[in-house]
Amino acid sequence: MEERIAQPAAVAAPPTFLRANAEAIAFVVMAVGLAVAPFFTYPLFLMQAMCFALFACAFNLLIGYVGLLSFGHALYFGWASYLAAHAAKVWGLTPELAILTGTATAAILGLVAGSLAIRRQGIYFAMITLALAQMMFFFALQAEFTGGEDGIQAVPRGYLFGLIDLRNDVAIYALVLFVFLGGFLLIYRIIHSPFGEVLKAIRENEPRAISLGYKTDRYKLIAFILSAALAGLAGSTKAIVMQLASLTDVNWPMSGEVVLMTLVGGLGTIFGPVVGAFVILAMQFKLSVVGEWVLVIQGVIFVTCVLLFRRGIVGEITARFKS
Amino acid sequence: MFEIFGIPSGALFGQLLIGLINGSFYALLSLGLAVIFGMLNIINFSHGAQYMLGAFVAYLILQYSGIGYWPALIIAPLVVGLLGVIIERVFLQWLYKLDHLYGLLLTFGLALIIEGIVRNKFGSAGLPYTMPESLRGGQNLGFMFLPNYRAWVIVASLAICISTWFVIERTRLGAYLRAATENPTLVRAFGINVPVMITLTYGFGVALAAFAGVMAAPIYNVSPQMGSELIIVVFAVVVIGGMGSILGAIVTGFGLGVVEGLTKVFFPEASNTVIFVIMAIVLLVRPAGLFGRRA
Repeated sequence: MEERIAQPAAVAAPPTFLRANAEAIAFVVMAVGLAVAPFFTYPLFLMQAMCFALFACAFNLLIGYVGLLSFGHALYFGWASYLAAHAAKVWGLTPELAILTGTATAAILGLVAGSLAIRRQGIYFAMITLALAQMMFFFALQAEFTGGEDGIQAVPRGYLFGLIDLRNDVAIYALVLFVFLGGFLLIYRIIHSPFGEVLKAIRENEPRAISLGYKTDRYKLIAFILSAALAGLAGSTKAIVMQLASLTDVNWPMSGEVVLMTLVGGLGTIFGPVVGAFVILAMQFKLSVVGEWVLVIQGVIFVTCVLLFRRGIVGEITARFKS
Repeated sequence: MFEIFGIPSGALFGQLLIGLINGSFYALLSLGLAVIFGMLNIINFSHGAQYMLGAFVAYLILQYSGIGYWPALIIAPLVVGLLGVIIERVFLQWLYKLDHLYGLLLTFGLALIIEGIVRNKFGSAGLPYTMPESLRGGQNLGFMFLPNYRAWVIVASLAICISTWFVIERTRLGAYLRAATENPTLVRAFGINVPVMITLTYGFGVALAAFAGVMAAPIYNVSPQMGSELIIVVFAVVVIGGMGSILGAIVTGFGLGVVEGLTKVFFPEASNTVIFVIMAIVLLVRPAGLFGRRA
């Protein structure tokens, strides 16, 4: 039998008491770890990593649980960060409204791109999402408000709800942690809902799901919009935190990077994308001295993961524990 | 000089020509992608990087051994094609039993490696490649000026495209290929070495990309990122045409090149995006692609 993306056995096991508990424990460890981490390492790095982790989780919702490889997720991440930055800087909205603006933009873009892309399957789906993202990259390059090569710089962090000054390091960190954990729990909830079960059924056998009476296109589209919106939430938050929205976030290498993070961590695992995002970002951080070689190293990781390490870090660990 | 829709004819035909040139590259690259996909069921994301390598091989052998354009047209595809054979043996052959998406991810990784190495060696600025002596100058056709080199590119890529189509659709070798695409197990039972055929098909598809790269070298600058920008457009071309038909890939490639050229005349802001917009429209109207068969 053909080996699929995201090993079904790893996720399709019945949710036993122990298994559910293991996930709860892992979640608590992650939340506490992230809450105390700023005492040990750079908070800015952690906040950036959490934004990328949420981005990767959103991407994983599609590839891991519906089997759809979107190769253009930078579109939602990047455009959301542009809109959030613009809303905060030019319209003077409070940060939560700016983030909401970015997220809503991503959801709308997801609706449009998703309804086009789900008209084809498999490999074509990946090519269509990539091409649409490239089109929107050119729009971003030409549009006035994006600031072209400069991007939107010096975005004000502002006052959350008009009250809390986000220039305060603790406040901004708490906001990012809240957004990340909230997004993560939402994705967890989606995956384990009846809706999520239908998504997994589509991944396993779409014709069968259709014959059972499910309108699979509608399920795929909703999953796509959710994934785009969550990617947008990550992008908007990043724009506020880093006070910058730029072409890098909307260009195709960013789409490749989120695929890489998810692949390294483990496709179709809940914690995999988080681990992958931290690993890849830490690597880039450490390797910034070697400059252009980062591209080569990323390529080598891609090739190694696909050939030898398809379950990713978290996938391997769970597989070890089971056997 | 006369005017068409308020546009001077020289500008119009000039852009049409550029459109045909771009179309030649779209056609050559999407043809290679279609041939590879047919046999290997892999979308070759490193196609753009291999096109760039073709241009760099041509540049390097001219710089260091003084070997000119015409030999490069043969040497570069051979070198890069051989590299393709090695890639297929070392990496791709392990993926045939897996989900098709893994092939896309692996070749994407290979593209990053190739582009990264070239960028480290040569920087990201473009390097000029001098046009061969024999193809300089041009013809005055009365309504426009036709540079010889551009005419050669169009004729050569048309010839390559049509011969590829002929080999695949009209010869015994092509019949084996098509049969192996449909049912490899049965074809092997007839005593044909399908794995070798698969390896050589990948090598050939990659060589086509390198050939396109050599032809592109004198027109565009030779630069590490020349392939990655192109390959995404070629993906859109492939979605529009559908990969089911060789002739479809050729017609779509040239056609979209021309449309893009015309857009540059009438609505220059949209020239970067027109192919993607057409892709969106085709997906709405004919989801299987212009020449595709419904899977």
